[in-house]
Amino acid sequence: MTMIALLVLLPIFAGLAALVVRSDPFRRSILLAAALAHVALTGYAWVYRPAAAFSGWLLLDDLGLLFLAIVSFLFLAAAFYAVGYFKKENWGERQDFAEDFLFTNAREATFTCCLLLFLAMMSLVCLSQDFGLLWVAVEATTLASAPLIYFHRHRRSLEATWKYLMICSVGIALALLGNFCLAVAATLGPDKSVPMLVSSLVANAGLLHPLWLKVAFLFLVVGYGTKLGLAPMHTWLPDAHSEAPSMVSALLSGALLNCAFLAVLRILQVCMAAGQGQFGQKILLVLGLLSMALAAVFIVAQTDFKRMLAYSSIEHMGILSLAVGLGGAAYFGALFHAVNHSLTKGMLFLVAGNILSAYKTKSAPDVRGASKLLPVSGVLWVAGFLAITGSPPFGPFLSELIILKSALDQGRFVVAAAFLFLLAVIFVGMAAIVLRMFQGTPEQAGNALAPDGSVVSSSESAFAVIPPLVLGLAVLVLGVYLPPALKGLIAHAARAIGG
Amino acid sequence: MNLFTDAVIAALILTNLRLIASSRISACIYAVACQGVLLGVLPLLVGPQHLTVRACALSAATVMLKGFFFPWLLLRALRSVSVRREMEPLVGYTLSLIIGAVLLATAMWFGRQLPLPVPARSPMVLPLAMFTIMVGLFAIVSRRKALTQVLGYLVMENGIYAFGLAFALSEPSLVELGILLDAFMAVFVMGITIFHISREFDHMDTDRLSALRD
Amino acid sequence: MNYGRLALPVLALALAPLLPGIINRTKAVIAGRKGQPLFQLYFDLAKLLRKGAVYSHTTSLVFRAGPVVGLISAAAVLLVLPLGGAAAPVTFSADLIFLAYLLGLMRFFTVIAALDTGSAFEAMGASREVQFSALAEPVLLMALAAIALAGQSSGSPLHGLPFCLSVIYSRLSLATWMHSGPALLMVAGALWVVFLAENSRIPFDDPNTHLELTMIHEVMVLDHGGPDFAMILYGASLKMWTLGALLAGLIVPVRTGNSFLDAGACVLGLFVLAVLTGVVESVMARLRLTRVPQLLVSAGFLSTFALALIIWS
Repeated sequence: MTMIALLVLLPIFAGLAALVVRSDPFRRSILLAAALAHVALTGYAWVYRPAAAFSGWLLLDDLGLLFLAIVSFLFLAAAFYAVGYFKKENWGERQDFAEDFLFTNAREATFTCCLLLFLAMMSLVCLSQDFGLLWVAVEATTLASAPLIYFHRHRRSLEATWKYLMICSVGIALALLGNFCLAVAATLGPDKSVPMLVSSLVANAGLLHPLWLKVAFLFLVVGYGTKLGLAPMHTWLPDAHSEAPSMVSALLSGALLNCAFLAVLRILQVCMAAGQGQFGQKILLVLGLLSMALAAVFIVAQTDFKRMLAYSSIEHMGILSLAVGLGGAAYFGALFHAVNHSLTKGMLFLVAGNILSAYKTKSAPDVRGASKLLPVSGVLWVAGFLAITGSPPFGPFLSELIILKSALDQGRFVVAAAFLFLLAVIFVGMAAIVLRMFQGTPEQAGNALAPDGSVVSSSESAFAVIPPLVLGLAVLVLGVYLPPALKGLIAHAARAIGG
Repeated sequence: MNLFTDAVIAALILTNLRLIASSRISACIYAVACQGVLLGVLPLLVGPQHLTVRACALSAATVMLKGFFFPWLLLRALRSVSVRREMEPLVGYTLSLIIGAVLLATAMWFGRQLPLPVPARSPMVLPLAMFTIMVGLFAIVSRRKALTQVLGYLVMENGIYAFGLAFALSEPSLVELGILLDAFMAVFVMGITIFHISREFDHMDTDRLSALRD
Repeated sequence: MNYGRLALPVLALALAPLLPGIINRTKAVIAGRKGQPLFQLYFDLAKLLRKGAVYSHTTSLVFRAGPVVGLISAAAVLLVLPLGGAAAPVTFSADLIFLAYLLGLMRFFTVIAALDTGSAFEAMGASREVQFSALAEPVLLMALAAIALAGQSSGSPLHGLPFCLSVIYSRLSLATWMHSGPALLMVAGALWVVFLAENSRIPFDDPNTHLELTMIHEVMVLDHGGPDFAMILYGASLKMWTLGALLAGLIVPVRTGNSFLDAGACVLGLFVLAVLTGVVESVMARLRLTRVPQLLVSAGFLSTFALALIIWS
C-alpha cells in the first residue's frame, strides 16, 4: 500500500518542496533526486510487485508497470537534461529569435513544481484501476502540463498552451461522458451494478449492456484519442510540442501520449472481454491509418524540425492504434513499439533542443553542418532519425516488423501495404529534412554565426548530451537484444489485453 | 410528473437559451451561474426519495463551485481584462437561436430513442443533458472570445453532470470530488491563461490566435 | 350557430377601443400626467367618421379596399374567438387556423394598400411588418397547439372538435396548470411576445412616434384619412382584443361552467393585460430593429419547447 502511494506522493511532495525552496542548486538537486527515487521505486515495484491499495483502486498490473517504467525512465532523462537547461537558460528579458519581441521565462520554481506534479499524475494514470480515477488523473496531466508549455512567456507558446488546454479539456470532457455511459452499461438493476474497476468489469463483461458499452467506447476513444493525438483530434499536438521547451516536448511525446494510450487500452480490454472487440478494433484501425496518412502529408512539406518530430509522434500513435486494431500478435508489437517510440522520440526531442539552442532557429533549411558544429548531437540526430523511421538495427525496426508480420499473417494485405507505403513516404520526407541539417558547413547557416561572421564554437555540455545518448543506446540495445524481463512483462501485458 | 422538477429542468434549458442568445459576456456568465445553482439542486429533486448527508454535501459543493465560485472567477477575469464586453460571435444570435431549437429537438428525439437498462429518474433529464452538452460544444465553436469558450466548456461539463444525474449514477464520492476538483483547476488555469492572452495580445479573440499553423 | 353566444362578439365590438385607452391611462399615471380620457379612442373614431377622405391620384381601388377588408377580417375573427371558458358563436374543427389566416388576410390588405401608395417610406414599413409577422405567426400557432395538447394530456375527457378554439379553452383549467405549469408558463411568455409584436407595442414598435424611420405598423397607414383611418384604428383595437383574449384565456384559468362568470373573468384579465402593457411601455425602451427578430425567434423557441415538453412528458 505504501509502495503504490509513494509512487504518486513522492513527486507531489518533491514538487511542493521545489516550490518553496529558494536556492537554485538545491531545487535542481531535489528534481534530480525525485526522478532518481522514482526510478528506484519503479524498479523495486517491478521486482517485488506491490499489492493492491485503496480497495483495488490503485494496482500495478503488467500493463501499468510497463507504462510506469517508460514514464519513470524518460522523466529521469528529462530531469537530467532540465538541470543543464536551467543552468544555460538566460532568465532575464530577451529577444525572440523568430519575431523580435521581448519575453521572459516562467519562474524556475513554478516550472519545476509543475514538472514533478506532471510526473505524479502520469504515475497515477498508470496505477489507477478505476475508470473514474483514471479520468481524473488524465485530466490532471493536462492541467499540470499546460504551464510547462508556457515556459517561454511569448505569444506563440501562449497560443499553443490555449489550444492544448481547450482542445484536450473538451476531449477529456467527452471521455467523462464515456465514463458515465460505461457506468450505465454496468448498471444491472435498480440498485445493482458492476464496480467501475477494470478487473471487475473484465470479469463481469458478459453482463454489460452491449449498446451502451459501444457508445462508451466511442466517447472514450474520442476523448482519450484527443489526448493521444489521433488524426482528426490531433490539432493541438504539433503546436504544443513545437513551442514547449525540449525536455517538456520529450515528456509530452514519450510519456503523456503513452498514458492516453494506456487509457484507450483499458477500455479496449473491457470491450474485448465483452466480445465487442471487433467493433473497437475496426475504429482504432481506421483512426490509426488516418493518423499515419495525415502525419505523412505534413512531414513531407515540413520546414520546422520540432513540428516534424511532433507529426512523427502522431504517426507513431497511429501505428500503435493500428497495431491494437489488428490484434493478435500485434498487441505485443504495439506495446514493444510504445517502449521504442518513447525512448527514441525522447532522445530526438532532447537533441532537437541542443540544435535549437546552437542555431537559434527551428527552421530546418536554416540549419546546416550539424555534424561539425555539434559532433555528438549531430550524430545522435541522424541515429535518432534512422531509429524513428524503423531502420535496423534499432528497436522500432523490430516492433514495426512484428506489426507488419501480424497484418500479413491475418491476410490483411491492404492494411499492410498502406502501412508500408506510409512508412516509406515518411522515411523519405524525414530523410530530406534531417540529412540536410547534418550535412554542409555551419557557415551556410546564418543564425549560428557570431556578428563578425565566424562560427561560434558551442561546446556540448554533459547535461545536454548524456540523456539523449543513454536513450539512444537503450533503443539500440532493444533492437539487438530484448532483455527477458522486459519481454516477459510485455508478453504478459499483451495477454491481459486479449492477445 | 413532479411539477417542481419539471420547472427546474425547463429553467435549466432556458439558461442554455440565454447563453446562446445573449450578446453580453457578463449576461452569459450569470446564465451559467444560474445553471450551476439549478444543477446543484436537481439531484435532491430527482435523486433517491430520502436525502442522505452525502447527497446534500455534494449538492452544496456543486452549488458553491458551479454557481458562485466559477462565475466569480470569470467575472473577475472579465473585469481584469479590458476587452469589449460584446460577444462578437462567429454565428449570429438569431441563427444561434434557430440552431439551438434544432439541437433541442434532436436531443429530445434522441433521448427517447436510447434504450435504457434502468428507467431514468425523470424523462426530461436525459434530453436536458444532451441538449446542454450540445449547446456547450456549439458555444465553444461559434464564439470567438476565449472567455466564452471557457463558458462553453463549463456548460458542457454541466451537461455531462446532468447525464450522470439522469441515471442516478453514483460514482464513489472520491471520484466525484476529483471531477469537481479537476473542473475547478481547469477553470482556474484557463482563467490565468486568458489573463495572459489579453495582456499579451490586447484582445482575447481566439480566431485571431493563428501564428501556429502548417 | 348559437344566437345567445353572439353576445361575445358584441361585447368585443363594444369594449375593444377601451384597451388602448387603458394602456394610455396607465402610462400617463406612471409618468405622473393626467392623461387622455379612457374613452379617447371612441371620440377619435366618431371624429374621423364625420370627416371626408382624400385619395391620391396614384392610388387605385386596392388602397380603398385595404381598411374595409381589414376591419371585416378583424370582426369576423370575433365569431370564433372564445372568452375564457365561454364558447364562441361559431365552432368548427381547427378554427384556430381560420383565426390565424383571417389575421393574415387583414395584414395582407394593410400591406398591399400601403404598397399601392407608391411611397418608398410605406413600402419599408410594409416590408418590416411582413418580416416580423412571418416570425410571429408560427409562434402563435405553436402556442395554440401547445395549449390544445396540454388540455388533452391533463386527462380532461376528449369531447368536441379537435383544435377548435372554444373546445381548447374550455378544457384548460386549473388542473391543467397543475399538471404542466412550466410549459404553459412558457406558452404564456410566447403569446405575450406575440401580443406585443402584433399590436406594435414597445419593445417592438413605438405607437407614439409617427415620423421615425424605425417604426413598423404606423408608417403603413400614414396616407389613410377620415373614415378609412377610423376603420384601421378600430380594426387594430379588435386585433388587440383578439390576441389579448387568447392570452387572458390562458392565464386566467377560471372555469366555473357559467359562461357569464367565465367571460367576465376573461374580460377582467384583458384589462389587467392592458395595464401590464402600459407598465411595460413605461419601463422599457424600444428594441434596436436588428434585435426584434431575435426576440421573436426566442418566443418561437419557447413555444416549440413547451410543445415538445407537453407532447413528451
